[in-house]
Amino acid sequence: MNDLEPVDALDIELRVNGSAVRRRVPVRRLLSDLLRDDLSLTGTHVGCEHGVCGACTVLLDGQPIRSCLQLAVTADGCEVTTVEGITPADGSLSPLQAAFRDAHGLQCGFCTPGFLMTLVAADPAEHPTDGSIDALLSGNLCRCTGYQNIRTAVRRAWGRDDEGNASAGSDTPLGSGTSSGSGAS
Amino acid sequence: MRCGGRAARPAWTGCWWGEDVVKPAPFRYLRPTSLDEALDALATLGDEAKPIAGGQSLVPMLNFRLARPGVLIDLGRIPALTGVHRTDGSLRIGAMTRQRVLELDQDIADRLPVLRAALRHVGHVQIRTRGTIGGSLAHADAAAELPALALALDATVEVASVAGTRTVAAADLFLGPWTTCLAPDELLTRVDVPLAWQRAAIVELARRHGDFALAGVVGARRPATTDDAGIRLVGFGVGWTPVRLTEAEAALAAGGSAEVVADAAAAGIDPIDDIHADAAWRRDGLRALVTRIADQLGVAA
Repeated sequence: MNDLEPVDALDIELRVNGSAVRRRVPVRRLLSDLLRDDLSLTGTHVGCEHGVCGACTVLLDGQPIRSCLQLAVTADGCEVTTVEGITPADGSLSPLQAAFRDAHGLQCGFCTPGFLMTLVAADPAEHPTDGSIDALLSGNLCRCTGYQNIRTAVRRAWGRDDEGNASAGSDTPLGSGTSSGSGAS
Repeated sequence: MRCGGRAARPAWTGCWWGEDVVKPAPFRYLRPTSLDEALDALATLGDEAKPIAGGQSLVPMLNFRLARPGVLIDLGRIPALTGVHRTDGSLRIGAMTRQRVLELDQDIADRLPVLRAALRHVGHVQIRTRGTIGGSLAHADAAAELPALALALDATVEVASVAGTRTVAAADLFLGPWTTCLAPDELLTRVDVPLAWQRAAIVELARRHGDFALAGVVGARRPATTDDAGIRLVGFGVGWTPVRLTEAEAALAAGGSAEVVADAAAAGIDPIDDIHADAAWRRDGLRALVTRIADQLGVAA
């Protein structure tokens, strides 16, 4: 862009789920709308559109953000990961997604992509207790489940038993890394 | 509004409100890559321009069309505004340093543990990824943690414009709700936090972790000098700005009972009634929180 000349639209380049994306976007386009309406990545849901509900959570350079509070132009040059990017290419479920299914951590599913994106970026070591899991999840609203089953799903995905303790012989906790490539699980 | 959609787009994503899906009202956008460019733009554009830092308070206002700036000046690509300079006596934190970066910095947590404690109350992790320390101070929300923390720790901010720089004490920064002493052509560029505090703590009451505080207190303690008892108590969410509870500080320094300190704190605020809590509730909350803070500071109350 021209130095010191305000613009209405901007050419941006970013990577979304591992693929390069180049678009000319109006400067007032939100990242959530870019993803859904320009890129047809409708796994990212928009609920409140003012940063409260968490349904639109995606990863920006590996860190969770509200895509409804991010102008698309400010994601220029960044790596964006949506729920499509953490889902295996063969249509199966990643272990974190499977834990949500198995623990009945969703009903209508509207909030689920946001929960998944918050969790996939979280470090289990930073959330050793149920209380700290609840604090982590407080940025995502769910109107169906009452959260209990979501917490259970997190415990299972992170290799803890249903009382929240580390399971004997559990594998490496899931969800401790951020998979950015499409089809990575 | 026009509805059509490109042929290449699957029919089911064809939007019902037009192809150019937008929430905010029209504005133009400027992305300076140096502080001088940003200050020049602010000086040229004046009231028409609004700087955007992390956008975690401004973008909701844009989405609601409560804020309708003519030009947004994005501070996100100015390297000089990011990073922490550490000395023995202070932390100098660039205004655009992300809250999450500060939260995860173990060295900062060792030197100033209360900063991490306060940041964990700031919104949710998704907000802190983008939110900045300077943006939070410049936004000056009376219920926010970082302005109260800056006030309690005797922080100063550096403010720049094309005319030069000046240093402003946190005590002089906050004039009213969402209002600071910054002129339209000035930018808050840095926060300097002294490390003289032996102990500091933050407590707050909120409906849900990460929500704005219905009442909160930051406390800090350092050795007394001849003209300063070395105790700070600052309430937030209990008035139109963060408010220093000077009478409660004096009562605490004088060894007053918990009841006396709490009474002094409650007398020092003028809380608002709103849908979340009425003034009496906030005052009761503050009394309890001040007592808790005194305990955490190791000062009998």
